[in-house]
Amino acid sequence: MRHLVLGVLLLGLCAASPAWAVNPDEMLKDPAKEARARDLGRELRCVVCQNQSIDDSDADLARDLRLIVRERIDLGDSDNDVRRFLVERYGDYVLLKPPFKSSTLVLWLGPPVLLLGAAATVALFYRRRRRTTVPPAVEVPLSPEEQRRLDRLLKESGQ
Amino acid sequence: MRRVLYLLPVLIFVGLTVLFLKGLTMDPREIPSVLIDRPVPEMALAPLPGRGAESGLASADLKGRVSVVNIYGSWCIACVQEHPTLMALKSRGEVPIHGIDWRDDPEQGAAWLKKHGDPYQRVGSDPAPGRAAVDFGVTGAPESFIVDRNGIIRYKHVGPITPDNWRKTLLPIIRELEK
Repeated sequence: MRHLVLGVLLLGLCAASPAWAVNPDEMLKDPAKEARARDLGRELRCVVCQNQSIDDSDADLARDLRLIVRERIDLGDSDNDVRRFLVERYGDYVLLKPPFKSSTLVLWLGPPVLLLGAAATVALFYRRRRRTTVPPAVEVPLSPEEQRRLDRLLKESGQ
Repeated sequence: MRRVLYLLPVLIFVGLTVLFLKGLTMDPREIPSVLIDRPVPEMALAPLPGRGAESGLASADLKGRVSVVNIYGSWCIACVQEHPTLMALKSRGEVPIHGIDWRDDPEQGAAWLKKHGDPYQRVGSDPAPGRAAVDFGVTGAPESFIVDRNGIIRYKHVGPITPDNWRKTLLPIIRELEK
């Protein structure tokens, strides 16, 4: 019996989802539209708290923005229309995922470029080290001139 | 060449330190406004009770003279701190100041002005969900916008106006626009 209770409790824990700040009185009646509003709300920044989405935040302004997002959706706006509506007022800053454009090139391309640069540096380091530490594998035979000098020196010392 | 390479990590560290130190002194609330050089948003806000039927704030009211639009609310603590500065500006009559009573019950917004003094020419009521404030891209109160005589937003100030930032930043911009 105890195991059963424990099991049910654990199952309940698994089923628990993060608590969003969206209040029941804000929700749209149409579940499909509400789902769209939720998806949008999760990618829109709460401009007061800055590192939360408007869906996560309890701030008053986040609530206002949730209501306005739902209002736009109810008016027949597409998801992109709603995003544009907010970007026109708060700038790209309101999007938690910044758009790819000339002013965000460093942001988007910086990490891959740094990673490639680091990989290239490491590769170069190991290649150079191998070249300097490994002795030449092939013995180079003496040239005729060197052979003659060696013979002469040996003959001199042999006297 | 070798030596420069060995110094590189130190140089990168110093560079990042300078960058982060600068980041510490910046105000994260100051988000660059996208509304600069754009016309004030369309609005026709109702007046506060007891301030006269003609004292609401509409977009057309912001044309003809350089003016300041100040976002406040009776719930806003920093607005209390800012208020004496606005009252002083009113008594000097340098520039018309209009208010937007944001996310507020109009009665409370009016009572707050009665208690602390009323520095505004026009005040529009913008109760929750604060559509006019969202159209202005407001992120908190107080916030102030300098609007030129054609009704174009020219500057956004986040946080309380103080005698210091008024003299150093806001007034020079207003004087320039008034030329």
